[in-house]
Amino acid sequence: MSATKVAARAHEPFVRIIKKDTISRGRAYMIRALALLASLVAGALLLLALGHNPLPVYRDMVIGAFGSAFVTKETVRIAIPLLIAGLGVALAFKMRFWNIGAEGQILMGAVCATYFALYQYQTLPQALLLIVMALAAMAGGAIWGLIPALFKARWNTNETLFTLMFNYIALECVRFLQYGPWIDPKQRGFPKIAMFEPAARLPKVFDVHIGWIVAVVLVALVYLYLTKSKQGYEITVVGESIPTARYAGMSVSRVFLRTMVISGALCGLTGYLVVAGANYTLSESTAGGVGFTAITVAWLSNLNPIVMVIVAVFIAMLQRGSNTIQTTFKIPLAAADVLTGLILFFMLGCEFFLNYALVIRDGKEKPNE
Amino acid sequence: MTPLAASEVAVQLTNITKTFGKVCANQNVSLNVKKGEILALLGENGSGKTTLMNMLSGIYFPDSGQISVDGREVVIRSPKDAFDLGIGMIHQHFKLVDVMTATENIVLGLRGGMNINRAARAKEIKEISARYGFVLDPDKKVYNMSVSEKQTVEIIKVLYRGANTLILDEPTAVLTPQETDKLFEILRNMKNDGKAIIIITHKLNEVLQISDRVTILRKGACVGTVQTREASVKSLTEGMVGRSVNLEIAREKLNQTPDRLRISGLTCKNAEGVKALDGVSFTVRGGEILGVAGIAGSGQKELCEAIAGLYPIESGSILYIHGDKTEELVGLKPAQIVQKGVHTAFVPEDRLGMGLVASLDMVDNVMLKSYRNTKGFLVDRKAPKALADTLIERLEIVTPGTSTPVRRLSGGNVQKVLLGREISSDPAVLVAAYPVRGLDINSSYTVYDLLNEQKKKGVAVLFIGEDLDVLLELCDRLVVLCAGRVSGVVDAAVTGKEQVGLLMTHAGGQAEIDAGAKNANGKGVET
Repeated sequence: MSATKVAARAHEPFVRIIKKDTISRGRAYMIRALALLASLVAGALLLLALGHNPLPVYRDMVIGAFGSAFVTKETVRIAIPLLIAGLGVALAFKMRFWNIGAEGQILMGAVCATYFALYQYQTLPQALLLIVMALAAMAGGAIWGLIPALFKARWNTNETLFTLMFNYIALECVRFLQYGPWIDPKQRGFPKIAMFEPAARLPKVFDVHIGWIVAVVLVALVYLYLTKSKQGYEITVVGESIPTARYAGMSVSRVFLRTMVISGALCGLTGYLVVAGANYTLSESTAGGVGFTAITVAWLSNLNPIVMVIVAVFIAMLQRGSNTIQTTFKIPLAAADVLTGLILFFMLGCEFFLNYALVIRDGKEKPNE
Repeated sequence: MTPLAASEVAVQLTNITKTFGKVCANQNVSLNVKKGEILALLGENGSGKTTLMNMLSGIYFPDSGQISVDGREVVIRSPKDAFDLGIGMIHQHFKLVDVMTATENIVLGLRGGMNINRAARAKEIKEISARYGFVLDPDKKVYNMSVSEKQTVEIIKVLYRGANTLILDEPTAVLTPQETDKLFEILRNMKNDGKAIIIITHKLNEVLQISDRVTILRKGACVGTVQTREASVKSLTEGMVGRSVNLEIAREKLNQTPDRLRISGLTCKNAEGVKALDGVSFTVRGGEILGVAGIAGSGQKELCEAIAGLYPIESGSILYIHGDKTEELVGLKPAQIVQKGVHTAFVPEDRLGMGLVASLDMVDNVMLKSYRNTKGFLVDRKAPKALADTLIERLEIVTPGTSTPVRRLSGGNVQKVLLGREISSDPAVLVAAYPVRGLDINSSYTVYDLLNEQKKKGVAVLFIGEDLDVLLELCDRLVVLCAGRVSGVVDAAVTGKEQVGLLMTHAGGQAEIDAGAKNANGKGVET
């Protein structure tokens, strides 16, 4: 009997997937930490293949991002838009509304803010001008987010494609303004929009523009909104199950519209902070992929606003650090993108190991990475 | 192990164990089925019947244990392995391609040349049909078939592939009593032809009617195997539940039964533009449980959702009468219905997909309909928390706590959360769609008690059921639906199962059947 059992074992599939029971928090964090480690190891292999010793490269990346007050400020400046746009898309994602149009919403916000910065800076006192710019930016982003939501609510269009295409429309709008109506005459034909007057520039606190305070406040507000407010509760229910939301008497389309207005407004605000706080002008590269990286930020933090702070700073560190390694090691800038991609891949991939385990033929359970 | 000659045993399972995470679905289960025998595999929901059979048909792989077919030890790694060994399973949910004919579905996936040669295949299929007594048109498209015909295709599909051992997972759940009888006739023919048949079920009457032996599972373990002729409903229940259970359902007749919902001429079209409900008219009374019987998909879901304001209504009226209040519900959205002061509660069929939010905890789930009632921007979770605690205590809900996602609770406890929330809203009308589906005996009786309690409080209860025995025992009256129309309204106390079965399949000639029922009963039929 036992002999046949052994024989039968030999025919067993080599690897089987079995469902795990719910695992403890500590174990879940351990798996995530292992995934992070694994992504760094994979990145190290890549660096080795490029002919570099990975350890000094990693070290220089960290030094390049936090090694001095100057670079730290630079890192924070990169993190601010990532964080706020991340909050924006997280609201939509929580509702399972795939808003990948943050890029376009950022640009439209920036366009609206720039109008006031360029043409109304003399008519308004500075504080009022900055507030009006902020409100205009939020309105611009909100409208850019609202349109796909309207179509989704009314005709059930695919919001992923819709928001994606809206990015290109926004980008072309900016190009049009840059090459046409808003071209700076002082540039003598070079297609560039004028730098903002000092009145239209954001003040600094601790030598970084005031946007970081806005970001911290927004993290707290969005966290409270999602967990404590009725509207946040509605977002969760709609995201989990639309039939349940309808059953509970919620107006699903209203939740779609309202949430996309907020999501778009946050992205629009991001655009404002970029033009008024960092670049002091509007250009085709104002959004510069922030809207897409924000999606990464939102997912890596599991849509949790508090965790998003850490993730945004971490990704900013990678971007800033890769500038450094470009100069010291001549590693292309794209290396940071590859590393971010690897981390995302491993972090999202490890979710599988939170729910399933692999069983190798000898019967030992191995929740391997 | 068994005193029988090995050649007689078609399939033998020995000490099969299978775990999912910490849940032990099967623990050291052994059973065998012989050629020319019908074995009933009996057990409550969640006792591991289907898991065990899925291992036999190659869908799961056992953690340990041995399977032998015709006395030879085998390893079944995939459904194909199972087929090669002559084991075929007919699943509860059919796996057919709608746009293909019966023949095409039957030969689908089999090896062969480029040409199917439909005529030859159809002839083979006709032979199988004639041999066992199936009635099937090989050229009929699946989307034109009734549930029973689809099941026939599934069974022939398995036979066509040369199966000697057939496993049927709850085959009667979707059939009318008449169709069930026909199926049993066919199963007996197959048995006489030397096939080994395993039928998974939790309906005791059917076990006694069809099987030769019964293997009972309880909580994943094998309780024992008995000869059917030595078994009774009582002994089988005790085996299944582990103690003796009172299977009587109380039915108290109340004197005060005022009309509460008057539904007339209700017509709804589904997404394809087909009438899901067609001129449905009946009255639901307070202090009474009105059962809705019908084959699955006869319009039950649409009826419930129309009453709850969730389904678009073409025409007709749903009049709500409570005291001196009269409201027309057609044209109102769920939120508007609540605003008008209409107290309807609805326990939907899809508990975790519609009634509850699976990933949220109990507190967030019990406030699903009431979170708007407090003032202000923020959610007040104090009252829902208190309600959740009350429900846990009163309905004996087994849960690690109010902050555990409801998805982690067992089926019975999920239903208690849902039903508890709906009842706690003090409804005047309670619509319960398949409230005991998938529940064990104990939880089912808790649900019946809760519904009876509501009835005594004067609530009008609309009970959508599938088990005719339960419907006839629990309800005061039955509305029978057939293809979206009311084919009869009968008094449950004086109506037989056969009559209801006839009504369930009789769409057109409503008057005739009603008259027939009237003659048979002498009373108790109204339309």
